[in-house]
Amino acid sequence: MASGTETTADAAQGSSGMPQLDFATFPNQIFWLVVTLVIIYFVLSRIALPRIAGVLAERQGTITNDIAAAEELKQKAKEAEEAYNQALAEARVEAQKIGAEAKAEIQKELDKAQAKADAEIAARAAESEKAIAEIRAGAVESVKAVAKDTTKEILSAMGSKADAKAVTAAVTARMKG
Amino acid sequence: MATEKEGGLVFHPLDQFIVKPLFGDGAVHWYTITNVTLWLALAVVAIVALFVIGTRGRAIVPSRTQSIGEVLYGFTYKMVEDVAGKDAVKFFPYIFTLFMFILFSNFLGLIPMSFATTSHIAVTGVLAAAVFLTVTILGFVKNGTKFLSLFWVSSAPLALRPVLAIIELISYFVRPVSHSIRLGGNIMAGHAVMKVFAGFAAIAAISPIAVVSITAIYGLEVLVAAVQAYVFTILTVVYLKDALHPAH
Repeated sequence: MASGTETTADAAQGSSGMPQLDFATFPNQIFWLVVTLVIIYFVLSRIALPRIAGVLAERQGTITNDIAAAEELKQKAKEAEEAYNQALAEARVEAQKIGAEAKAEIQKELDKAQAKADAEIAARAAESEKAIAEIRAGAVESVKAVAKDTTKEILSAMGSKADAKAVTAAVTARMKG
Repeated sequence: MATEKEGGLVFHPLDQFIVKPLFGDGAVHWYTITNVTLWLALAVVAIVALFVIGTRGRAIVPSRTQSIGEVLYGFTYKMVEDVAGKDAVKFFPYIFTLFMFILFSNFLGLIPMSFATTSHIAVTGVLAAAVFLTVTILGFVKNGTKFLSLFWVSSAPLALRPVLAIIELISYFVRPVSHSIRLGGNIMAGHAVMKVFAGFAAIAAISPIAVVSITAIYGLEVLVAAVQAYVFTILTVVYLKDALHPAH
């Protein structure tokens, strides 16, 4: 690429064809190379490498912490789920208990009510029977009276004086028969 | 870079590698500010931009540039830890410096009209020599004479061990050579090939083919830039592992 410097190039090349073997330039190259390497070494070892190492370590730490935090949260979530499940199971048991209790109570109340109703029904029935018996008794009396009256009327119509005692006895006897 | 002279095409594919002063035409002294200086400085600027300015947010949820910095950091850190072990982590800043310098230099070298600093054996040689010296000294300091067991293959039959020791020793000393030439050669060859095709592009008849080839090779060079930086780094880490744990 040394266009336009061919004359100096030819001079610099010397007898050997290769610029690489032109030993006159060696001290120059070696001197500047050493300067360069020393600068690069100090820049890298004093500034760049500790900085990168720090960043990498920090990142590693962050990642580790985050993973630990995630693990912890996962554990917490698991515990919460367990607590929830347990609460659910307890609630279910409780609900069953309450249900059973309610059922038993209702059953008790029902039995009581039924017993009361039965007693009432029995009392009413007895009352009714008594009333019926009364009515029946009443009816027999009425029939007796009607029969006596009718008999008296029939007897008087036929012209004979009815003997009250005899009529009553006759009606009573007939009604018994 | 080709010019039509009276003999036909003349290529100068290596002119791009010439080190020359940035200001003026004088000689290149050791302190002269050259094109090498400029592109090394740009590598520093790019690294500072990515790793200092890009990460200034220090965000838990990173920005785009911060993510790139973090990915490079994490990638290199894991490589050091996996290959060389936990006790090698304290060398991570050195390895990261090497990796980032080579990676950024390779990529900056792919910018048209730029100067590829890592194509120079002077640069890669210093890098490889530094790694070699560090690793060797470290090996002896950490393990004493036990470090020599790296060359004494205790799992091999006793008669073979001296032979293997010689081979191991040679291969050990060839390490910095292959380490540096692998990187410099790859980068240089890639850039030179692109320049040769660019020369062909001056000829109207074959310029479409040349342009397509340059595009294809450029794509390959992007890959090479990253792969060579990675290879250099991982070899460094492997050598470091040998120094810390020399037993076979």
